[in-house]
Amino acid sequence: MVNVEVTPLPGIGTRQDFVSRTGRRIGVITYRDGRSELIVSKKDDPDACTASIPLSGDEAAALAGLLGAPQLVAELSKENGGLSGVHTKQLPLGPGSPYDSRTLGDTQLRSRTAVSVVAVVRAGTVHPSPRPDFVLGGGDLLITVGTHEGLAKAADVLDRG
Amino acid sequence: MHHTTVALIELGAIFFGLGVLGRVAWKIGISPIPFYLLGGLAFGSGGLIPLEGIGEFTTLASEIGVILLLLLLGLEYSAAELVTGMKRSWLAGLLDIVLNAAPGAIVAVLLGWGPIGALAMAGVTYISSSGIIAKVLGDLGRLGNRETPVILSILVFEDLAMALYLPILTAVLAGATLLGGLTAIGISLVVVTLVLVLALRFGRYVSAIVDSPDPEVFLLRVLGAALLVAGVAQQLQVSAAVGAFLLGIAISGSTAENATRMLEPLRDLFAAMFFVVFGLNTDPASIPPVLGAALLLAVVTTVTKLATGWWAAKRQGIARMGRARTGAALVARGEFSIVIAGLAVSANAVDPQLAALSTAYVLIMAIFGPLAARLVEPAMRLASARLRRTATA
Repeated sequence: MVNVEVTPLPGIGTRQDFVSRTGRRIGVITYRDGRSELIVSKKDDPDACTASIPLSGDEAAALAGLLGAPQLVAELSKENGGLSGVHTKQLPLGPGSPYDSRTLGDTQLRSRTAVSVVAVVRAGTVHPSPRPDFVLGGGDLLITVGTHEGLAKAADVLDRG
Repeated sequence: MHHTTVALIELGAIFFGLGVLGRVAWKIGISPIPFYLLGGLAFGSGGLIPLEGIGEFTTLASEIGVILLLLLLGLEYSAAELVTGMKRSWLAGLLDIVLNAAPGAIVAVLLGWGPIGALAMAGVTYISSSGIIAKVLGDLGRLGNRETPVILSILVFEDLAMALYLPILTAVLAGATLLGGLTAIGISLVVVTLVLVLALRFGRYVSAIVDSPDPEVFLLRVLGAALLVAGVAQQLQVSAAVGAFLLGIAISGSTAENATRMLEPLRDLFAAMFFVVFGLNTDPASIPPVLGAALLLAVVTTVTKLATGWWAAKRQGIARMGRARTGAALVARGEFSIVIAGLAVSANAVDPQLAALSTAYVLIMAIFGPLAARLVEPAMRLASARLRRTATA
């Protein structure tokens, strides 16, 4: 378990950080006006920071997505590891997909391929257990669970309808 | 020329000149406060170009400058932050008071300025400049450092100490007796506690009084409330600046953020005026005689702030380099030292040389403070390399 420490910075905002396995302190400063900054501690002086990188809202979301999506899949795969034949895969919804700006229900993935969509990752934010009326968008990442054949078929459906 | 015409030209020249100086200051990475003071010295009595006819305006503007400085300081912190900050750092805060108020008081006594002069100078050397320090920490990318919360909580403590100190100073300057001074302490303790409780419990309502979705209405309401509260506080002998500070604390949340954003430019304008007026009223010829004392104070209070920061950071389990950074960050003195000196001088209750000494002292510390924060790391590395070499030799 990672122990995230939350430290108030009076007049500025909050600092949230944790010490990684390799001994580096990694964290985020959240300013009161909503800006955020990624901080990484120095190797030789763990009290100080070697980098503090200001991130815009979009950039922070993109970074969270890059780090978070594979993590989610790995966790699901681990959970489903005991069930033979069940796999987890992230399927991208390309901008040219026929389901761009249509609902998840419209894809009829469950009835056509027996694949379940357990989450949608959009711009770094994870939307868990999307309902059938969830509107998909180009660039979404669908976290799906199913059999090998089902998943291959689902990728096909998302691509070509 | 018509009187107003002269005044407009003079004011325009002052503001434009300050703008040029401010740009230079930020370019070389130091606070513009020393430049504003120097500007004031150059224009004022006995300076290069004496200004006339705008005295009334500049005096009022500088009063508003002080009120805005303190109002924005109050807006910066929520009541909850102040309370937790005080709980976390009261021991370091007390050490800070003892170590850094003493040098000013001692020098004032040695110069024969009496107990009132000592009280004022104690404040001048005690209070760090939270404005300069916050800017320097941001510029140097040290906000994520482990020692930064230690620095910030000491600043929080100092600001709360100001809320108690300013009313006492105001009462003493007004010629209060011992009893009067004690009453002032009592009143200010009660008022500060009341405001903190009020802000913690009912901050929303205070915010609601000034809040408005329309920026123009909002600006007028906040500014109006600040001047009203400051005036009433002045009347009650609690000091106008403290009234504004407490109002700032009571306003919270998004209202505080919006108010800060809106008032910042106004604060910069009027505060610049305040520094200039302080410089204007100081005769440049009175500075050389106190320069020695100012330099001595600068050296001593640099060491005492270093010691305060070192000790406070050590208590939080921070390594040597971080302790040195904490101390060096706290060295800068600035706006509030001048606010204190300004109060003392305008009350005519202290030796006029106090203004000269404070000006020289702040000139040195506002320039040297940011430098100290920058230079402390290479200096520490050099020192530890030396130590290692002598150890191996």
